[in-house]
Amino acid sequence: MTRMSMVKALNSGLRRAMEADPQVLVMGEDIGRLGGVFRVTEGLQKDFGDGRVMDTPLAESAIVGTAVGLTFRGFRPVVEIQFDGFVYPAYDQIVSQVAKLHFRSRGRVRMPIVIRIPYGGGIGAVEHHSESPEAQFALTAGLKVVSCADPHDAHWMIQQAIASDDPVVFMEPKRRYWESGEVDLGAEPLPLWSSRIVRPGRDATLITYGPMVKTCLDSARAAEADGLDLEVIDLRTLSPLDLAPVVESVRRTGHAIVVHEAARTLGLGAEVASRISEECFYSLESPVLRVTGYDMPYPPSRAEHDFLPGLDRILDAVDRARAF
Amino acid sequence: MDPSNDPTPPTSPLTTSPPMVQLLSPSGERVTDPRHAFDGDRAEIEALYRDLVMTRRVDTEAYALQRHGELGLWPPALGQEAAQVGSARALRPHDFAFPTYRDHGVAWCRGVDPTHLLGIFRGSHLGGWDPAEHGIALPNIIIGAQTLHATGYAMGLALEGLVGTGDAERDSAVIAYFGDGATSQGDVSEALDWAAVHQSPVVFFCENNQYAISVPVDSQTRVPIVQRADGFGLPGVRVDGNDVLACLAVTRQALQRARDGEGPTLIEAVTYRMGAHTTSDDPGRYRDASEVEGWKAKDPLERVRLLLVAEGTSEEFFAELDADAEALGVRLRAACQQITEPDLAELFDHVFVESTVENQQQKAEHVAWQAAFEEVAS
Repeated sequence: MTRMSMVKALNSGLRRAMEADPQVLVMGEDIGRLGGVFRVTEGLQKDFGDGRVMDTPLAESAIVGTAVGLTFRGFRPVVEIQFDGFVYPAYDQIVSQVAKLHFRSRGRVRMPIVIRIPYGGGIGAVEHHSESPEAQFALTAGLKVVSCADPHDAHWMIQQAIASDDPVVFMEPKRRYWESGEVDLGAEPLPLWSSRIVRPGRDATLITYGPMVKTCLDSARAAEADGLDLEVIDLRTLSPLDLAPVVESVRRTGHAIVVHEAARTLGLGAEVASRISEECFYSLESPVLRVTGYDMPYPPSRAEHDFLPGLDRILDAVDRARAF
Repeated sequence: MDPSNDPTPPTSPLTTSPPMVQLLSPSGERVTDPRHAFDGDRAEIEALYRDLVMTRRVDTEAYALQRHGELGLWPPALGQEAAQVGSARALRPHDFAFPTYRDHGVAWCRGVDPTHLLGIFRGSHLGGWDPAEHGIALPNIIIGAQTLHATGYAMGLALEGLVGTGDAERDSAVIAYFGDGATSQGDVSEALDWAAVHQSPVVFFCENNQYAISVPVDSQTRVPIVQRADGFGLPGVRVDGNDVLACLAVTRQALQRARDGEGPTLIEAVTYRMGAHTTSDDPGRYRDASEVEGWKAKDPLERVRLLLVAEGTSEEFFAELDADAEALGVRLRAACQQITEPDLAELFDHVFVESTVENQQQKAEHVAWQAAFEEVAS
């Protein structure tokens, strides 16, 4: 076990993926000499050269669009979108090209592209630097979407995403970038397309992913003081969803609360709640509740502590569910 | 001067200057140009003429099939055959093309069976051929998006060391096709900039057919398209897009520059879409008949026929070609109706390389639903 930050864990995961496969390329704005604005790619250009670690022109559509062309030559591009709010200029290339070319060619063309997006709020950033666009990709058939929550998962999930022959939108919770955790560099990783119970409990199930995993774990610890035992599930994979552990959990606890930073309407929580109601109807003791960001553009950062789900809102939802 | 020999297209002031490279006049006479030459023999010109005739036959046949209700839609390439055939014949087998939905002549030259094109517009599939086998990607409908794919492909060629080695069997290039309307799209500007910055082995081939559906080129841009190259730092060449010899010569040179590691080129082929944007369109609403008539005199096929006749090509050649075109038409009419219908159940298997539980569950749900329905029907 090695203790490191999520940034370092991603960096070492990228490094291992590049060592394992010479077809892996890393591209993006400022990712070369600077090592990325978050330093996730630090040192990679020095060690792998500017042919495999490329500083690109400032052009998001081109970053993804050229990655499409590179896959036609057998490369496996890992592209960095500098911030969540900057992904929209590339949206057409992602949803109309990356997501569809395998399907359009009836399986003849593969798009093993990883699109890394540092996402989410809580760091006091300016506009366009705190968004959670994961649902916009999760609803696009042909894309897979994952989000890591801690350094160990970040280290392994990035390697698995790169090894995947399908395109993966890789959501990195930037507010957790600098938090350290244990990384088992020799572990057999969990399969990429699986969710996991990060804290077992019996009184209610919190279902979440990415930056909210830690918040939910904090909530569960706080709830202990009230004698409540909360189960916390990290979805990890947002598309495809792996809901088997969720269904099994909710059948035990009878209460489900979905927590995410993204806006509520048509967010991941809506899909999870719908699927829980299909699968767990007779086990539910309360409606599935959601604790989410509100349906508004991301607010100015001095209001984000009220906008983002926090411990109190989560515990209030638990109380409402249990009192139902 | 015979007006039909005037190389200047009558449409827009944007297409009058700078001058175009022309090697064959509309009345079928060879023209010299200080920068470019076509040095092929008569057999090569006959082969090009054959491609032009066959491309036009694919196009007119598909148009007729659409009118008979066999295709949902067809984007005619009528009038643009020389731009497509001339440029595509400049490609070598190991080069690669990224076409639009109108580049039927490019697909023809890359050995794609035209039945695949019919299948797209019949709604039976979304492409049909193997891009790696033919060296041509599936047609792209999102305007200009494929110029970035071509640029990425070109970067890949450079990374693989397939550029500038001096080995003709190895050195490769890529060509991106797009229209005049596409030059208004951000992706095309990003592609031109990126390719210039990286000196990527890509040729940007703009078929300026004067209209983006109904909007004329002078409503798309304030400068001639070819001049955009200057701003991005790559060479630009304007060519008579109805002159197959000039299109071939200019593209050949640009592709060779790319293969030699000298970077990208922008080619503006000045041509004219004689037909509608698609069969759903009514060009009579947005352009004068006189304009179309003016371009008829610059037909890309007729001038080659006149040249060949003057150079002594036999009547048998033309008769055999007519017969071949007719046979192609007959084959396409029959093949169109035999294109297999898509099987939705099978399509589930192509969403991902590694299928998902959800994917397979929905497939099973669909198959079971269909089976139950068929049981009731029987």
